Amino acid sequence: MKIAVLVKQVPDTATQMKVAGTAKAIETAGITWIVSPYDEYAVEEALRIREKRGQVEVVVMSLGPDRVKEALRSCLAMGADRAVHVNDPALAEADTLMAARALAAVIKQEAPDLVLTGRQAIDDDMGAVPAQVAEILGWPCAYWIMEEAIADDGKTVRIGRQVEGGLEIFDVPMPAVLSAQKGLNEPRYPTLKGIMGAKKKEIKDVKASDLGLAAEAPQLPVVALEALPPRPPGRIIPGDVATAVKELVRSLREEAKAI
Amino acid sequence: MANAFWCMVEDDRKGTPKKVMAEVIGEATRLAGGDVEAVWLTDTATDDGIRQLGEWGAKKVWLIEGAELAPYRAEVWVPIVAELVAAQSPKAILGPVTSRQREFMARLAARLGVGLAGDCMGLAMDGDKLVGTRPVYAGKLLAKVAWAKTPWLATLRPNVFKPADAQPGQTAAVERPSVQIPAAQLKLVERREEASTGLPELTEAEIVISGGRGMKGPENYVILEELGGIIGAAVGASRAAVDAGWRPHRFQIGQTGRTISPKLYLGFGVSGAIQHLAGMRTSKVIVAVNKDPEAPIFKIADYGIVADLFEVVPQLTQEFKRLLEK
Ligand SMILES: Cc1cc2nc3c(=O)[nH]c(=O)nc-3n(C[C@H](O)[C@H](O)[C@H](O)COP(=O)(O)OP(=O)(O)OC[C@H]3O[C@@H](n4cnc5c(N)ncnc54)[C@H](O)[C@@H]3O)c2cc1C
Ligand SMILES: Nc1ncnc2c1ncn2[C@@H]1O[C@H](COP(=O)(O)O)[C@@H](O)[C@H]1O
Repeated sequence: MKIAVLVKQVPDTATQMKVAGTAKAIETAGITWIVSPYDEYAVEEALRIREKRGQVEVVVMSLGPDRVKEALRSCLAMGADRAVHVNDPALAEADTLMAARALAAVIKQEAPDLVLTGRQAIDDDMGAVPAQVAEILGWPCAYWIMEEAIADDGKTVRIGRQVEGGLEIFDVPMPAVLSAQKGLNEPRYPTLKGIMGAKKKEIKDVKASDLGLAAEAPQLPVVALEALPPRPPGRIIPGDVATAVKELVRSLREEAKAI
Repeated sequence: MANAFWCMVEDDRKGTPKKVMAEVIGEATRLAGGDVEAVWLTDTATDDGIRQLGEWGAKKVWLIEGAELAPYRAEVWVPIVAELVAAQSPKAILGPVTSRQREFMARLAARLGVGLAGDCMGLAMDGDKLVGTRPVYAGKLLAKVAWAKTPWLATLRPNVFKPADAQPGQTAAVERPSVQIPAAQLKLVERREEASTGLPELTEAEIVISGGRGMKGPENYVILEELGGIIGAAVGASRAAVDAGWRPHRFQIGQTGRTISPKLYLGFGVSGAIQHLAGMRTSKVIVAVNKDPEAPIFKIADYGIVADLFEVVPQLTQEFKRLLEK
């Protein structure tokens, strides 16, 4: 069995994001890059499937510039077997649909039995790529999975997807695309041995032309990036608790009209 | 009608559109200048539900009803709507941010080969083009996006757009297009209901109370739920509280949890780490209660009280009770 995991490299969550001079891109100087946190759940789940079943190859795939190798390397250090890096300046401005087309093309070449992704990449926060990859491949898809168990015959996977008010349990025919929600598992840290071993693992570079992708422009171009408007200054309400509470409720009612 | 603005109906699974649809239809009406239609895929639609859509401003309801449409499955819904799009050529398709719309709209966008702007906080016409404003990097920045072609697909964040005022007596024409319902690939095994808190859903609530590590333990959340019951608030938590096992993950607010924009956010014993602020800084009014005057949450709070939350919460509950009983 082969499992593909889609991972995106994103700025560390503690980064104070700034807009670059062009007003269309972020200031990248000084950013620490990490594997998008939800994608780590996807990698972890693939490794657990391998541990449970044996005979499973875990291939991590990422689209992005040179720095993305580092993210792929850390997935290999966690235990993934090999990596594919879609690295092409023609895809630098990719929106989710372009990214999905490129990733779907890699998936088609690799023909895995299952594709695991994160719930959303914490940079564009779109949560669109998994469904779009599934649509392009014509595969079923389930979002926000909290649990997963592949049937013994390897033909279906039973998943629990989180929806408002509950969990829906489905049997999904494979191949399929599943997006991981927090709570699916607890990702492992790479061991020293894993980090050493990762250096010898293969990261295959592919270009848009290797994937037979036609040149295209994004369907959803970013026109501008902006900082958030500053919030008006607030105030600390003084006095003992009883006085402060009364004043807070009065302010919420009369000034803020929030209640 | 060609060039209409379509609104994908999110319902309560019992035949009634969710309240958030007033926001989606209201915004569509402002953008389209009236040419607004609702598209409703469901296993049951009530007459009351249809009436509601009309009163909010939908001129027409495209109603596709069938037992096979529930529970929601993308591979069933997407081809139906794509076919309808091909026949009707809407200009835009808008939906609220919910678990199924997130997946459905993305898959529909791929099928149609058009752009999707997820989780918009603003939409505006620039000449004859739509421009969307959406938070990126968990709300640390805002991106303005445009669409290369129609239909423009977007999901709207709840609580941000002004809801339509219901016009009693205003009705929508109901159209039931004959469609081929594709076979489902996902087979439902069971649905496990969450124990209901009786409080609103976190992402839809107008008021959200958040309890952090300062709550000291899971047993203390009852005081927040009591307060929530009085003011109709959802109760969420910081990641520290979730990771400690005090609250399930679906209640986590922040960059790796839910992003919320309520009218009022009240944080108790939350320090205001950047990842937490990312998930709630677009709240309209922010209240923070923390015993540490240096806690970063005070930097973005509109109102702060520096005190022990265990003293503040019960008194606040009493005070709100008094106010709301009046
Ligand atoms: C990759 C990543 C993703 C993350 N994602 C999220 C996320 O989505 N959401 C999130 O919340 N965090 C997230 N975090 C964690 C974040 O960095 C903080 O650790 C977390 O938000 C802290 O939670 P807290 O404020 O409850 O706890 P603390 O920072 O420990 O703060 C507790 C506060 O309670 C106050 N306090 C204690 N007792 C009382 C009392 N009796 N009365 C009043 N005040 C009291 C203290 O003064 C303190 O300010 C993430 C971190 C990482 C690395
Ligand atoms: N450039 C990319 N490379 C690899 N995987 C990606 C990329 N973009 C998105 N994904 C995958 O799709 C998920 C959702 O991404 P998004 O739709 O951008 O929020 C991510 O969690 C990843 O698993």
